[in-house]
Amino acid sequence: MQYGSRGFRAGKWYCPMRHDNKVKIFSLSIIWLWLALFALLPFGLIAVASFLSHDQTNLLSLPLTFQNYTTLRNTIYLTIFEQSFYLAGLCTLICLILGYPFAYFIAQCEKRLKWLLLLLTIIPFWTSSLIRTYSMITLLKAKGVINSILCWLGIIHQPLPILFSDVAVMIGLVYNLLPFMIFPLITNIERLDHRLVDAARDLGANRLTTFSKIILPLTLPGILSGCILVFLPAMTIFYIPDLLGGSKAMLLGNLIQNQFLVAQNWPLGSAISIVFMLVLVCLLLIYWRSTRGKAKRTLA
Amino acid sequence: MTTNVLELRDVSKTIHGQDILRHLNLEIRHGEFLTLLGSSGCGKTTLLRLISGFEEPTTGAIYINGKDACGLPPHLRHVHTVFQSYALFPHMTVWENVAFGLRCQKRPKDEIQQRVADTLKIVKLEKFASRKPQKLSGGQQQRVAIARAVINQPLVLLLDEPLSSLDYHLRKTMQIELKQLQRKLGITFIFVTHDQEEALSMSDRVVVMHEGNIEQVGTPRQVYEEPANLSVASFIGEVNIFDATVVDHQEKNTTVDIQGKRYTVKSKISLRLNQKIHVLVRPEDLVVWDQNEVTDSTNMFAGIVEEVIYKGTTVDLIVRLSDKQLITATKFFNEDDDKLEYVIGDAVWVTWLSGWEMVLPHET
Amino acid sequence: MKLPAISYLTSIYLFFYIPIAVLMVYSFNDAQYSLVWHGFSWRWYQELMADTDLWIAALHSLLLGIAAATVAMCIGGLAAINLYRYHFLGRKLLSALIFILILSPDIVMGISLLLLFSFIKIPLGFWSLLLAHITFCIPFVVVTVYSRITSLDEHIFEAAKDLGATDLTILSRIILPLLWPAFIAGWLLSFTLSIDDVLISYFVSGPDFEILPLTIYSMVRLGVKPEINALCSILFALTLLLVIASQLLLRKKP
Repeated sequence: MQYGSRGFRAGKWYCPMRHDNKVKIFSLSIIWLWLALFALLPFGLIAVASFLSHDQTNLLSLPLTFQNYTTLRNTIYLTIFEQSFYLAGLCTLICLILGYPFAYFIAQCEKRLKWLLLLLTIIPFWTSSLIRTYSMITLLKAKGVINSILCWLGIIHQPLPILFSDVAVMIGLVYNLLPFMIFPLITNIERLDHRLVDAARDLGANRLTTFSKIILPLTLPGILSGCILVFLPAMTIFYIPDLLGGSKAMLLGNLIQNQFLVAQNWPLGSAISIVFMLVLVCLLLIYWRSTRGKAKRTLA
Repeated sequence: MTTNVLELRDVSKTIHGQDILRHLNLEIRHGEFLTLLGSSGCGKTTLLRLISGFEEPTTGAIYINGKDACGLPPHLRHVHTVFQSYALFPHMTVWENVAFGLRCQKRPKDEIQQRVADTLKIVKLEKFASRKPQKLSGGQQQRVAIARAVINQPLVLLLDEPLSSLDYHLRKTMQIELKQLQRKLGITFIFVTHDQEEALSMSDRVVVMHEGNIEQVGTPRQVYEEPANLSVASFIGEVNIFDATVVDHQEKNTTVDIQGKRYTVKSKISLRLNQKIHVLVRPEDLVVWDQNEVTDSTNMFAGIVEEVIYKGTTVDLIVRLSDKQLITATKFFNEDDDKLEYVIGDAVWVTWLSGWEMVLPHET
Repeated sequence: MKLPAISYLTSIYLFFYIPIAVLMVYSFNDAQYSLVWHGFSWRWYQELMADTDLWIAALHSLLLGIAAATVAMCIGGLAAINLYRYHFLGRKLLSALIFILILSPDIVMGISLLLLFSFIKIPLGFWSLLLAHITFCIPFVVVTVYSRITSLDEHIFEAAKDLGATDLTILSRIILPLLWPAFIAGWLLSFTLSIDDVLISYFVSGPDFEILPLTIYSMVRLGVKPEINALCSILFALTLLLVIASQLLLRKKP
């Protein structure tokens, strides 16, 4: 018996696959190199920087220290963390409440209408977030559109100080991030097997029960993705609180920006980012855990 | 020069720790229509992939035309595959699809022209050369897939359940067409299916597979009338299984005891006294008599009709024998037969035509 | 569709579009600070056209966008194809990395790249911007192309290999002709992301290479100006065109 070009492994002859590998190796090396250099390495640098110190001449210097992390236990920073969490959490909740019915209705439509509606939803999504935030200023400022209309209608006699307040920041955040909640929801709700809903109704469940026991659990992955895609940027897009909240609002994003470009305290800024990334990882783990469990429990 | 176009010697395949194929040995001859038959999960598609070169066996060797195919990539094997979904290139016309293989080999233009035209003529698709696959019917798409594969003049054509997505009538037509095509081309066809009727009607030989093993290799008749074991017998067609014990053993005839009754059976395997065996009878070989038609019922089984299934050309009777065993009998409509109607609850006598039974050793 | 659904959808759409509509309307208002309508005027657009600084910034952004989108399209497209076709060591890691990149907040990416460029001593300017933009565009191209490639019959590649095609032939004769709409859609998405990016560019840009979003940001911080209205209206119209083009492309059946 000829063996050709067999290999020998674990006491047996076997046939190794020969592949035409050039294109594959070439393209894989490029992507790995690029990501290693411009994604992995930079993240690693942040982690390292968070343990460094800084002085007058150098942005980053030895000695290694835990001080950056201990500084964060200061109330100032804790308050900012708390505020950011609260604001981002509230924003996520509002986006969820507003976005879920929106996504649900669109997912029910027939093909042509759905394509048009999706197009109309993608347009604001692709429009520069800066432009959209700016357009909000025009509406919300003291001499802005909303105040003018309300005055004109006689509902109020003095302009409401909407701009440069937490309310304005919230409106701005929701305005910018609502599409990020809607898209994962649409993708998820579209995949909902309507036969399950029909089966539940057939068996006698009313609308509320059907929603809470069937639809809600099955669309949970979409809800979670949407929440993550809204919550994280809500904490870190610094120009929204900057433009709409004035100097009053200091969220996590502003804090990090401040440390890096104003206070020139790179190690502290890095430490804040690392803590924030840990939050991201926790959220992802929650998401991953819940979708894995769900996958085992789906009927389909 | 060997007459075997393909030989598998002790081929095994393990994927993710699971044994998909176990120590297979098979010889496939030039120009035959061979079918790999088995239920899903028996390993037939994996075997096809090993032959075509998309995967390599964990142990063992595959010989193509006498040469070891170890490490040989798919396109150098002179073996081509027709996939279940046809895998036609949607952005190319029929002509371009069929010419693809030749273009990859960088054949001269006029040679390609000639060969594509010839091949399209063989599959009767000359008029559709400039159409895209989406504009063709299922049967036509399949012919394009076959044309694309045979234009390279392979030694073997592998077909992975090509008819399973077609409706009943189209399937029947395509079965005949494929058989005729194979004869015309003279190429070895290895056909994979789980439909035993299809396997029996089209093949020169059938390979019955079960859980990674080859249970039997034989002509359709051999596999149907002389199954090697119980799994083959029950997979192909329906069969009634009676447990029996050998009572007396002579040269040509053996007497066995089934439920207390004595029967004479012909057996192709050697038997010993008191050996436990299975006696298998196909439904069409069972004879069912109405109670009053029979005078001597010593060697018949008593039963009550439980279900009557009318099938157009035949009637299936499901009868519960006195020992609680359920048997199925198929009767062909015979105008001479007085008794054309059976009713649930009728008392009947069941027997079979001597010589039509099959004997297998007892399996637990 | 039922009435409550229609009215709900309409109100949300109004929420999305009214601010921008207001913006566009006021870009034609012949008044500097008043909100009262003073008459239709092209004035602000004319002033916009005369502002050379803005033009330079716009040109820079255009150049950056085109370069970044093109490179990201090539790298991301190839990555998507490999992820689909091959099972290689580290495949799961690669897709996890791309997933994390999409989710990563821009600010973290911005500061991490700032750290990198300081470390490798790349001066902040065009090159740092380009490298940063390519990096954040790649995951979006991967997702766009990958979702398109999964709609193809998986056996097509095997059939092609069976018939004798090399990997290069498969790439040029089968993958690209079938997937080019997804590649272009990925390019358009990357281009838009690059043109609009504020957060990452904020950290990695330098004084010598002005880009449009940062210029707008500094202008906006000083307050509302009608020129900005005009500029935003133009950019919005551009985005509209790009979105429609990209969606029409993705609609094409292979």
